[in-house]
Amino acid sequence: MEVPILKQGHYLIASIQSALTDADLSQLREALIERVGRFRARGVIVDVTALDVMDSFAVRTLRDIAHMARLRGAETVIVGIQPEVAFAMVQLGLTLKGVSTALDLEEGLAFLNVQTQLRIDRGPGRLDRG
Amino acid sequence: MATKGKDAQSPLPDPQAQTESTAALLRELVAHLRQNRTQLREEWARRITRAQLLTAMTEEEIFAEATSVYDNYVEALETGTFEALQAYARNLSERIIPRGVETHEVVGIVLLLRDVLARSLFGKYHEDFDKLNRILDAYEPAANRIANTVAVGFVQERERIIRQQQEAIRELSTPVLQVRERLLILPIIGVIDPQRARQLTEQLLRAIRTNRAKVVVIDITGVAAMDSNVANHLVQTVEASRLLGATVIVTGLSPEIAQTLVTIGVDLSEMATVGDLQGGIEEAERLLGYKVVPLEELTPKA
Amino acid sequence: MSRPSSESTADRDASTVADDLLIPITADVDVVTARQRGRDLAAEAGFSSGDQTVIAAAISEIARNILMYAKRGEIALSVVANGDRQGVVVVARDQGPGIRDVPRAMQDGYSTSGGLGLGLPGARRLMDDFDVVSDAGKGTTVTMKKWRRMNA
Repeated sequence: MEVPILKQGHYLIASIQSALTDADLSQLREALIERVGRFRARGVIVDVTALDVMDSFAVRTLRDIAHMARLRGAETVIVGIQPEVAFAMVQLGLTLKGVSTALDLEEGLAFLNVQTQLRIDRGPGRLDRG
Repeated sequence: MATKGKDAQSPLPDPQAQTESTAALLRELVAHLRQNRTQLREEWARRITRAQLLTAMTEEEIFAEATSVYDNYVEALETGTFEALQAYARNLSERIIPRGVETHEVVGIVLLLRDVLARSLFGKYHEDFDKLNRILDAYEPAANRIANTVAVGFVQERERIIRQQQEAIRELSTPVLQVRERLLILPIIGVIDPQRARQLTEQLLRAIRTNRAKVVVIDITGVAAMDSNVANHLVQTVEASRLLGATVIVTGLSPEIAQTLVTIGVDLSEMATVGDLQGGIEEAERLLGYKVVPLEELTPKA
Repeated sequence: MSRPSSESTADRDASTVADDLLIPITADVDVVTARQRGRDLAAEAGFSSGDQTVIAAAISEIARNILMYAKRGEIALSVVANGDRQGVVVVARDQGPGIRDVPRAMQDGYSTSGGLGLGLPGARRLMDDFDVVSDAGKGTTVTMKKWRRMNA
């Protein structure tokens, strides 16, 4: 099950449509990293609204995506975590610490806009996007 | 006097025959109860009134329920199975509990029915003392089981209703308030058991989603006691809220509670805390205000 | 911190409400199947949406464990009733290498960076009853349960 990845301006948006196996998640990670590099993306949004469970592997993968994207100069936001999923996650001890989260796509885009704006304001010296 | 099957034999030492004769006796008994249904039911209703039970119900209602109970009672005697009776008992309880009927009344009327039927058996078999004894041997265990089933069914139903009411009270006593756009306040008051804590968190998370809240102020000034369990729940709530994109400010943290949190290993630098609720709301507005300004140019809803 | 593997008397009296579902775990996709079935079963048994998610997450962790360490195994799901409680029972079995030191494995391997570690401690946090029977070379059986009070 391949996850569709859209390009919107300088951002990449990955919308998960249904339950993903571990292999699917790994594939998503590879696909995103590749595109971040190819398009010199400044932001990545992963929409997990459709996921009704997020376990340790899913969380680890999302963290990997955020980490690798940042190394390539892109900020990542995870959006659409369902209330029950969030609750189960914290009980499991998974906190997505260090990864930005937002309520939904709209909020995620708004967040990225602020982030990239800040980055531009700060001028050169930030991580290059090569 | 119609009797089904063969005449009952005197009990044999053989247990198989004994079981068969018990079955035959029960059949005879059930036939008698069915045949005299009308007058036995009326006698029972009279006794109920005399004992001043079911005062919350009208005569018509008592009669209607009495009919059902009687028929179910006799059927339980006949089939020897009690699932249908159990289901009926819960059903009946569901109907009469809101009317204010109490446990002692339900137990009372079932025992009265048992007595009325027993008396009628005395009446029928009074000339054959030996047979009367055998009939009672068959009747009593079954009748007692019936009384037990109905009483337990009633009590279980009561307990279920009480739990439901407690649940409703819990929901009411933990309101999540929306005071500004994108800002929620959750004042926590009183004792927090694990179940209530979980409910709080679930309610808050749903509210964050529904109201698209960006900041939540959790005020714990009114929390009765903060132990490590409650503290953990609080931390979990803060973390889960963050996953939904909301920032949490905890207010009302006394120095003692702050100490408890530190002792159990909570990293307070991760949790925004402000002294009192008012200060927390101001901080929240500041956060919201700060975030709104640069976005106004960028988001569709300006 | 490992618990003895005996079942409590109360559980022995529990009666099975729904037939066992047996899900073989041999591939990636089985992890998804197992947690979906677990969720559905919990839903049928009347568990809240939140609890369904929790049960699904716990199953996911345990199922992945089987794949990672034993390569193959199975998960049995059932619903039991005990008095006025109803419970979802998950039994995960494999003939893998086994866990030599169960108490150590049950320790929190989850740092905030979510490092590697067996899914056991996490799953235990999610479920009400949790039991691991395992030894080196003897495979592993994890039994976990989540309960709810029945409302008629």
